[in-house]
Amino acid sequence: MSTTEPIALVPVEVTVNGQWYRREVEPRLLLVQFLREELRLTGTHIGCDTTYCGACTVLLNGAPVKSCTVLAVQADGSEILTVEGLEQDGKLHPLQTAFSEHHGLQCGYCTPGMLMSAHALLAANPEPSSKDIRKAIQGNLCRCTGYQNIFKAIEAAATELRGKG
Amino acid sequence: MSWVGSSLRRKEDDRLVRGQGLFADDELGAGMLHLYILRSPYAHARILNIDTTAAEALPGVACVLTGKDILAHCDPFMQLGPSPCDKIRDLPLAIDKAIFQGEPVAAIAATSPALAMDAGQLIEIDYEMLDAVVDAGEALADKVILHEAAGTNRTWHGVYEYGDVEQAFRDAAHVVRIPRLHFHRYASTPVEGNACVAEWTRQGTVDFLCNNSFPGFAQQLLAPGLRLKVDQVRIRTHDIGGSFGNKIWNYVYMALAALASKKAGGRRVKWAELRTEHLLGSGHGNERTFLDTEVALDSKGVITAVRSRHIDDCGAYTRYEPLGCVIWSQVLPATYKLRNIRIDFTQAVTNKCPVVPNRGYSRMQQLWFMERVVDICAHELRIPADEMRLRNYITEFPYETPNGCVYDSGNYPAMLAKAKQLVDWDKWQKLQAAARAEGRLLGIGIGTTLDSGTNNFGQAQIMNPHLPFSGNAEVCTMRLDFDGALVICLGTGPSGQGHETATSQVVADEFGIDPSAVQVRSGFDTAWNTFVGHSGTYASQFAVTGLSAVYGACQKMKAEMRKLAAFLLKAPEDQIEFGSGAQGPEVRVRGTDKAMGYWQLSNVINNNNAMLDASLADVTLNIRHVYRPPFSVPDTKRKFGNLTLTYAAQLHIAVVEISRETSRAQILAYAAVDDCGTVINPKIVAGQVHGATSHGIGAALMESFNYDESGNLLTSTFSDYCPITSLNIPDIAYGSIQTPSPFSYNGAKGMGEGGGAPLHAISAAVQDALYESGVIVTGSHHSPPAIFAALQEPNRAHAVSVK
Ligand code: FES
Ligand code: FES
Repeated sequence: MSTTEPIALVPVEVTVNGQWYRREVEPRLLLVQFLREELRLTGTHIGCDTTYCGACTVLLNGAPVKSCTVLAVQADGSEILTVEGLEQDGKLHPLQTAFSEHHGLQCGYCTPGMLMSAHALLAANPEPSSKDIRKAIQGNLCRCTGYQNIFKAIEAAATELRGKG
Repeated sequence: MSWVGSSLRRKEDDRLVRGQGLFADDELGAGMLHLYILRSPYAHARILNIDTTAAEALPGVACVLTGKDILAHCDPFMQLGPSPCDKIRDLPLAIDKAIFQGEPVAAIAATSPALAMDAGQLIEIDYEMLDAVVDAGEALADKVILHEAAGTNRTWHGVYEYGDVEQAFRDAAHVVRIPRLHFHRYASTPVEGNACVAEWTRQGTVDFLCNNSFPGFAQQLLAPGLRLKVDQVRIRTHDIGGSFGNKIWNYVYMALAALASKKAGGRRVKWAELRTEHLLGSGHGNERTFLDTEVALDSKGVITAVRSRHIDDCGAYTRYEPLGCVIWSQVLPATYKLRNIRIDFTQAVTNKCPVVPNRGYSRMQQLWFMERVVDICAHELRIPADEMRLRNYITEFPYETPNGCVYDSGNYPAMLAKAKQLVDWDKWQKLQAAARAEGRLLGIGIGTTLDSGTNNFGQAQIMNPHLPFSGNAEVCTMRLDFDGALVICLGTGPSGQGHETATSQVVADEFGIDPSAVQVRSGFDTAWNTFVGHSGTYASQFAVTGLSAVYGACQKMKAEMRKLAAFLLKAPEDQIEFGSGAQGPEVRVRGTDKAMGYWQLSNVINNNNAMLDASLADVTLNIRHVYRPPFSVPDTKRKFGNLTLTYAAQLHIAVVEISRETSRAQILAYAAVDDCGTVINPKIVAGQVHGATSHGIGAALMESFNYDESGNLLTSTFSDYCPITSLNIPDIAYGSIQTPSPFSYNGAKGMGEGGGAPLHAISAAVQDALYESGVIVTGSHHSPPAIFAALQEPNRAHAVSVK
């Protein structure tokens, strides 16, 4: 679409990492741009333009979505969790600790998306098999780690979280 | 205890797992403009007319740039190559002709990315399509010429000849001929695309926040291009989301953003590349064809000579090329002991995306070639794959290659033994025999490779004798901060390799302190940091070049601290020792309880210096050390000299099964053994091996930049290019041996690039699976269509001959 007419703005209200926000946005604004540019939550990254890389993964009402493929207006009224919301009271989430312990990140660009996909996996399936883990992050591209240590990190976090019961 | 050698948890992780890294695209700011680049849809087309009126009238558009603006404000970027490369006009936008699909033709800066894109659609461009040439061999015929001023597509030619090749062929027991081998085009494509924020300041200087991975070099290219002095170009980087070499030449786009800022009156302009733009126009790996290869062997299957003709395809512009025409010769004979070699090397431009140094740059192509040669000879002479390698491996070190490179250390037979054990070689041999009996296609392949690190830039003079580059260097600055922390800045600008952590380990050992007392500042800043032209992260250079700079700075800092402490504690200098006390890092007088904390030393120098006497005038606790490896300029006529300081090695074994139904090659088992000398941080090293392995497996089985004959890129989105995912990567059995380098202070060898071992191993495994079907593996890409085609028309009758 190309137009010379100014585009009418639409209000969007969301709760992100427990915090309520209201903004007026262009209807074509992507959720990932909304998070990064409007809310300045730049931990959610962009790595592609065909919904392939998953660097933009966030939890929308608990479900993992690629926020480059959701319009901000579609998220109106929802609860969103981003990587910035994983740490609680100054304590890293077990997934964050496990990624570091097991060297599941190098450049760290894919990491926020990986963490969110893994988070959704462990919420639904506390005892994932290695196949489950591979499947859960199949939409999250990592170019640095060859995935090996990401598998290990997710497994370790699952064990840790189960221990906590 | 020693921190070096331990898997210290990375310091970088604290910010990165919280999503608090600062990547170039994370830079936000009120009033920032966004750049959208309009690119040529054609591989070769004359630009007849550009109408920007409607775009410029769109509210929110700050400026539109076309070739006219570029000619008025910009000079062509320096090309490294000799004539005719100097006639190539390389500018941030095409002027009157586009020469690859995706070449920038116009650019728009507007108040939002979407608006800039809208404006892009209002620009009207008339093109006249021209014939495209997409094959380097055809390009050499000069029927279609890309750079008319150069008059030819040939950008470089040279002959590398060593030993007595003719004699070796006369004496040969067997001669194997392989008419054509081809290494395909792919790239390691970091998940973070290229990005920068540019500001043309009121002082007439330019400020960049970007993710260029070789900023010392970029600055020297950008300044003359933008008609500025070098110190008027400030380049900063912070976190970089992977580079693998691909971010070396994004300076072309940085210039465009800077020119947009200039035209927009100095407003900050951000450019964040889209993935499709990245795949179309941010740099591909070198594609190479190997023609008329002849191999001389003795009666035992020992290779005595190779002669061949290589044609490298560098895409539309040379830029960093034709350096690749020399870089490969760092590993001329690969891991094999033959002494007689003649390689005729030519490079050509084609109507495709320009190439960029991609992980394993130029050496990997040569290593793959040599691995194919060895592997094909083994099959043709019926010598078992492992036995063939053992008969041909170099076994004595240091080893001087026929062209004067010195392999520092290694033990390839030990790596082979370890990899065989990891993959369970004997089991797979049996399973293979059983599978074959059932008519299944199961293959086992060995790939041995080198990762040459810390290169001698003097080799650039083999390519162009007029280039003022040689040697190599890296810088470390270190100061003792007010609170007693050792604060360190590096010139390296890493992109995920954990330099903050490895540096802390080295410093902690040298001072006998905890790594937490060491602060390594991340990022690069040409205005405030010291650096050298070689500074950057590329070509496996950190473990030796970077850490040697750190080590040297430690020694200088300790000398100053020792002198100061001796004065303050009234003891001889040789009685001062370093370590940690109850209060943290301290210096103390041996055998006494006299000690001072680091912050006390720093305080004397920085706040409380009246008690110091003149003998301490040179103590500043602010150190700069430049490490320069011991190189000399190679003999450019003979193409002879030591081109790299260290040679890490990798040996991979792949077991694949090819489905007769789908032609898909599936990896059943995979082992990777690494030798990078003394290991600084085992976890980081293993991580690098995993990463390089996944790039190689992805390239061998999935990833390829395919162009049609008109120069249209058919794999220009991730959904078409299919980078390897968690579902496609096998479990990697990892092992290592350590043969310390005698040439580095710490015994380490640079190892980040990995040398493309998976390509060698998978090509060999596919060969092993298909040999009985009459197929000779002559390419490096083993996608189902490629395997299907090979099985449809077995090529052995014309792809190889033995005499
Ligand atoms: S940016 Fe959303 S999938 Fe790549
Ligand atoms: S850590 Fe770099 S892309 Fe995953």
